Amino acid sequence: MNTSTTLRLAALVAAAGLTLTACAATPAPTPPAASQGVAEASTVVTITDAWFKAADEGMSGAFGTFNNAGADDVTIVSASSEVAHMVELHETTENASGELEMREVKGGFTIPAGGSFALEPGANHLMFMGLMAPLQAGATVEVTVTFDDGSTFTFEAPVKDYSGANENYETGE
Amino acid sequence: MPTSGTHDKAARAKATRRQFLLGGAVAGVGAAAVIGLDSILNRPDTPATATPAAPEIATIHGGETVPFYGRHQAGIATTPQAHATLIALDLREGSDRGALGRMMRLLSDDAARLTQGRAALADSEPELAVAPARLTVTFGFGPGFVARAGGTAPPWLAPLPPFTVDRLQPEFSDGDLLLQIASDDPLTVSHTARMLLKDTRSFATVRWVQRGFRRATGTEASGTTMRNLFGQVDGTANVAPGTAEFDKVVWNTGSTDTAAWMAGGTSAVVRRIHMNLDTWDHLDRGGREQSVGRTLANGAPLTGRNEHDEPDFEAKTAIGFPVIPEFSHMRRARSDNPDEQIFRRAYNYDDAPEGTEIANAGLVFIAFQADVDRQFTPMQRRLDELDLLNTWTTPIGSSVFAIPPGCAEGGFVGDTLLA
Repeated sequence: MNTSTTLRLAALVAAAGLTLTACAATPAPTPPAASQGVAEASTVVTITDAWFKAADEGMSGAFGTFNNAGADDVTIVSASSEVAHMVELHETTENASGELEMREVKGGFTIPAGGSFALEPGANHLMFMGLMAPLQAGATVEVTVTFDDGSTFTFEAPVKDYSGANENYETGE
Repeated sequence: MPTSGTHDKAARAKATRRQFLLGGAVAGVGAAAVIGLDSILNRPDTPATATPAAPEIATIHGGETVPFYGRHQAGIATTPQAHATLIALDLREGSDRGALGRMMRLLSDDAARLTQGRAALADSEPELAVAPARLTVTFGFGPGFVARAGGTAPPWLAPLPPFTVDRLQPEFSDGDLLLQIASDDPLTVSHTARMLLKDTRSFATVRWVQRGFRRATGTEASGTTMRNLFGQVDGTANVAPGTAEFDKVVWNTGSTDTAAWMAGGTSAVVRRIHMNLDTWDHLDRGGREQSVGRTLANGAPLTGRNEHDEPDFEAKTAIGFPVIPEFSHMRRARSDNPDEQIFRRAYNYDDAPEGTEIANAGLVFIAFQADVDRQFTPMQRRLDELDLLNTWTTPIGSSVFAIPPGCAEGGFVGDTLLA
């Protein structure tokens, strides 16, 4: 079961013309689609170039590009990880005084059919709050995202020192 | 190996342009003249003056790549690129074995991406990553790195013994981790160094940086022996990559040492050799050639005509002196012991002069060999005892690094020591 999933993921990566290299995000095997009709989101989504921002405590962010090889749009509605109390889906917008602010996105991240959705510093990202332990540069972190159809996708990616991604938050600090 | 695609494309572009130019010529000139012109244009060694109407279309080299993954690290057997920056780092106190593994994973991933013309993860200047121009990144471990990793160091991994000619400065010597970054494009070298140092920052601090250059790509045929700033052809005696001889001189088998993790690796001796251009100027051409034993014109031994002719150390002048002096650099560097060979991959440096000097130049001397004690040190001893070239050159920096083998996709450089 795991083998066939891995093969399918490998095929998707190949189809997207992407190459995974050392330390690149490698999709963890997920259960194959149970439904007969529309493919579960978890079977058509991959992530490339994923990484986390190193942090000693408090908050951090995850970045990368989600790819959707399926025929339907899929939406990430939530995310979780064992390294943080809470993971939120954030967007960066301009507030009334023209400053960039991060806030939780309404309606999740929608990855268009056959397209991609980028998480970048200063833009959309996964926000980690309440880190359980320091996120050390070079460590590998696992995160699970849940789609609107209830299926999940788990990936791991390296932690990197990064000086950017310091935008203000609408609430909190 | 560089990709051949760009060459093919350039050749086609050149052919098309020739056809276009010739097409225009057909109208005004007789067919016979056109055929004559065509044969001249297609002759590879046509003098530039014969083709005034067809300016050379520059080949774009930025896209050329050298594979990162492999049994050996790149940047050793690779035809030397035009620019190199060598950086030695000191490990931070808290960087333990686990931290070294995390650092080398990050650095290997950066190098794997950047050498193939792709931005590194978290690369804040991804546009600077798209022209690798044969970029290679080579990692080396100093004695402190191997000790921190809890590994067994090869017996030769230590500072060289002191030599009488040495005037070593700590700011150009030793170090725990070596990054050798080389590319035909200096902006690519700079961006790569910046990206790698951002990923070493929490593990190590910069100890020294040495930048070097050779002739620019396209100035002369690739693989031409370099010239140093004394004007000498420098490195003629090198074994050729791709030969059994090269493999024997350069690659460590891991068997003669107790350090099995070094199989497929090598050692790097990095020496900063100050060259006194001002006192060198006092010397006439004959003296300059005698100091090395080779001609300045093409690097041929003084007993030969071509660069790679075997020197004849028995040949005598009319009054009975050796044609190649006993004190010459080439004579002293030669050994009858075939083990005492190294592979040189040096770069020139030319920094801002200090005080009233008008030159601060020399060589970032880089030598790769399977075993420093067996191959490098005996040669350096002979040169220390007697070498006329010592009059104008002074070693001011010296470091020895173990260069671990390359890694496979999914692995990282240093995994034989750290994984």
